[in-house]
Amino acid sequence: MNEMTTIARTTTLKDWETDQEVRWCPGCGDYAILKAVQRTMPEIGTAPENTVFISGIGCSSRFPYYMETYGFHTIHGRAPAFATGLKLANPNLDVWIVTGDGDGLSIGGNHTMHLIRRNLDCQIMLFNNEIYGLTKGQYSPTSRVGTTSPSTPYGSVDRPAQPAAFALGAGARFVARGFDVSKELPNVLKAAHAHKGAAFIEIFQNCIVYNKDVFEDFAAPKGAEDRQLWLKQGEPMLYAKGTKGIALDAEALHLKTVDVVDGDWQAAGVIVHDVTNRSVAHMLVEMRFGEFPMALGVLYDDPRPTFEADVVRQNKAAAEGKTADLQGLLKKGQTWTVTEGGPEL
Amino acid sequence: MATAAVDQADKRQSPLSDAVVVRFAGDSGDGMQLTGGQFTLSSALAGNDFATFPDFPAEIRAPQGTLFGVSAFQINFGSSAIDTAGDAPDVLVAMNPAALKTNVPQLKPGGLIIADEGEFNDRNLAKAKYDANPLEDGSLAKWQLLKLNISQLTMDAVKPFGLGNKEALRCKNMWTLGLSLWMFDRDRQPLIDWLNAKFAKDPNLAAANVAALNAGHAYGETAELAGPLKQHHVDPAPVAPGLYRTLTGAEGIALGLVAGAQLAKLPMFFGGYPITPASAILHHLSRLKEYDVTTFQAEDEIAAICSAIGASYAGSLGVTSSSGPGIALKGEAMGLAIMTELPLVIVNSQRGGPSTGLPTKTEQSDLYQAVYGRNGDAPMPVIAARSPGDAFECAIEAVRIAVQYMTPVMLLTDGYIANAAEPWAVPDLTTYEAFPVEFLTEVPEGGFKPYGRDEKLKRPWVKPGTPGLLHRIGGIEKEIDTGHINYAPGNHQAMTDIRKDKIDGITVPDQVVELGAEGGKLAVVGWGSTFGPIHQAVRRKRAEGADVSHVHIRHIWPLPTNLGELLKSYDKVIVPEMNTGQLKTVLRDQYLVDAKPVNKVSGQPFTIAEIEAAIEEALK
Repeated sequence: MNEMTTIARTTTLKDWETDQEVRWCPGCGDYAILKAVQRTMPEIGTAPENTVFISGIGCSSRFPYYMETYGFHTIHGRAPAFATGLKLANPNLDVWIVTGDGDGLSIGGNHTMHLIRRNLDCQIMLFNNEIYGLTKGQYSPTSRVGTTSPSTPYGSVDRPAQPAAFALGAGARFVARGFDVSKELPNVLKAAHAHKGAAFIEIFQNCIVYNKDVFEDFAAPKGAEDRQLWLKQGEPMLYAKGTKGIALDAEALHLKTVDVVDGDWQAAGVIVHDVTNRSVAHMLVEMRFGEFPMALGVLYDDPRPTFEADVVRQNKAAAEGKTADLQGLLKKGQTWTVTEGGPEL
Repeated sequence: MATAAVDQADKRQSPLSDAVVVRFAGDSGDGMQLTGGQFTLSSALAGNDFATFPDFPAEIRAPQGTLFGVSAFQINFGSSAIDTAGDAPDVLVAMNPAALKTNVPQLKPGGLIIADEGEFNDRNLAKAKYDANPLEDGSLAKWQLLKLNISQLTMDAVKPFGLGNKEALRCKNMWTLGLSLWMFDRDRQPLIDWLNAKFAKDPNLAAANVAALNAGHAYGETAELAGPLKQHHVDPAPVAPGLYRTLTGAEGIALGLVAGAQLAKLPMFFGGYPITPASAILHHLSRLKEYDVTTFQAEDEIAAICSAIGASYAGSLGVTSSSGPGIALKGEAMGLAIMTELPLVIVNSQRGGPSTGLPTKTEQSDLYQAVYGRNGDAPMPVIAARSPGDAFECAIEAVRIAVQYMTPVMLLTDGYIANAAEPWAVPDLTTYEAFPVEFLTEVPEGGFKPYGRDEKLKRPWVKPGTPGLLHRIGGIEKEIDTGHINYAPGNHQAMTDIRKDKIDGITVPDQVVELGAEGGKLAVVGWGSTFGPIHQAVRRKRAEGADVSHVHIRHIWPLPTNLGELLKSYDKVIVPEMNTGQLKTVLRDQYLVDAKPVNKVSGQPFTIAEIEAAIEEALK
């Protein structure tokens, strides 16, 4: 989010579409995410000219070409670093980073971590498809153990990174999850934009060519109720049409699923979602799907001062009362004057 | 070169002349760099011209007394123009056995050794790998030796101030400085003022240091009549009247970048990552907030350059700086700046390589990296500074080219320039022509073309936030004019040609001959920090009647248009470089001239004598 939101402007979805032909594979989950973003932008009310989409390299990183905003398709993994320079140079811009699991967590993991830790005011959309798409299907840092791919013909052996847990561990003040075709995605994006600071959004995205339907187990419309836990601020963590919920096992200090009888979730000990509770957020991002439903929506949201605001504040304070007299600066330090009579201090 | 406070009985000595080389050497913790720095100021106030060479280890606090923990500071000062820190010292101040062992081989025969014999105990001798005490065994016979128990003399001098043993011994460098000031007939008052200011919070410590300084000076006065210690006065050098200051290369670059940004009327964004010997530039700039400078210490070298490019994209002057290994990491991002045609200044303070190499030693071995070191056909202007003062001018020039041609520019300096100090006539900024940047703010006649070009082939610079000019840029090949993604064969050919033509077409000043004339028997062609030794060597050889000229190249890429003809006007061309022949290769490639290499990669600058020998060899 950003100050520019005050200069609201009425736009429509069409205003956010470029004339460029979209070049993702037919059926790619990226199309749905693009539409969700283009649909969300008019609701947010920012002006296209004050909006910048910055990406790295990969399928997801083609995103800026399709947004009628300013856009910068940079180099592999480094989008957060470009965004940092851009935002420090002009804090008034509304900056969106588009990255993927390989771009943002493998080659660019370091930058993602530092952007989050510094709390630069921007939205980071990490499209997680658990595969390298653009390089034709190698396993990625989020691929599940045993993923067979051109580079792991016998199955991958390394354990995957968990994007939301990574972000929270790096100090994120906003962590959310959504998936490409979800109707809730625009709401998640709006919440991310409304958060002042680095807002990390993991978006599960279906790569229909190299990792088709890898998220079907929870994303499929059929049975979604039982497998998706949509978190809402101030509401009990219920799913399966309110027949199940998430409770805290106070003795073992971990979450557990409980049955809710006759809607009496209090009796079942179901937790009410508090987006500012960091301890619970740590448990939510670690919640294993299968044993638990997939936690979606805004998992954590508790803003603190942003990096660029602190930099601007410090720069101003340091410059206060000083004049930018460069000629004077050149004369600073150990100087002496040479006259006809010789040098003197 | 001269001998100074040495006994002239030794007939191997050249007669006393107008320049003296003094080398202070001690343990890393002995404060030799500080001593050297203050002696430098004293030389400036005495009106001498000077050049300095700080030579310190990569280790911050190397184990005390060891050979690799020796830190040295050399200064050459005189009453005529000084271009180098001097070949061989006339005076060596050795604060311990290790300092003696590592530095005495360079001392001139007959030169003076001042050694702190208080430190020549069995333990320190063993650490320096001496079997016997060199102060006693006659092994230093070809030099003059003055043994003083500086440690004890310092302790005695500061006794009234009640310092602890360790603190008292820390004043040793001021005792040594006091003696040095006496040796060269210098005024102590500026140093006393400086000490009082430095230790303003601890007047007792200030007084102790002043006492040590005075005691060293008094020792010289009383000891003069006996032994080798003599006072020597070096007359002021004839320099133009005006305001002077000492300037290191790192300061020159920082100030030049600020001046360049002001002349371009741009805020500056500096993205850096700590690396020796480039960090000093980040340190200087981080204190200059009132000059519209934002500094950012990034998480790595790649983020440093990427953040700078991001800032340039936003409409600031993006600058990044590093040394060879860090520059290697920045390579891909430089390619993006070339592809997206955004202005950027990249400063490379070169050090010994490859890999980690010699972090605190100097070398010029990144020329290939600067000119050729990127994937694809990625032409980029390269400028090389020859001295700390020249670094100021080169930084302004780098900014000018970057914004006038929308291109990244590499500015080469090296560890020697970065740390060395020289007197600098403070320039009058009103004499510099401004080159204010004009951003594109509205759709021009004929429509907006993000990759449309002016007569210099420069594309427009548009700040995000500008209504009506929304566009996307990136590293994929661009379509001519529109900047849309385009992989077509003809388009890539045309865009590659445009990028090359733009850089080739950059206007750089014609190459001048520094000393000598166009045409003749021999040209000594240099670049960067070899300026000093080449200049002095050519001057001396010309004084002896040799037909030799000095050509020093600032614009490494693109090269000055007259350079080929100039080089061909000499019978022979030699190229001294602190690498294995990189500029030589470029000159051969560009002009088919038979440029002969003269190379040195010891981590130390060329001596004048080495260049003289190369000139003699070439003229045989």
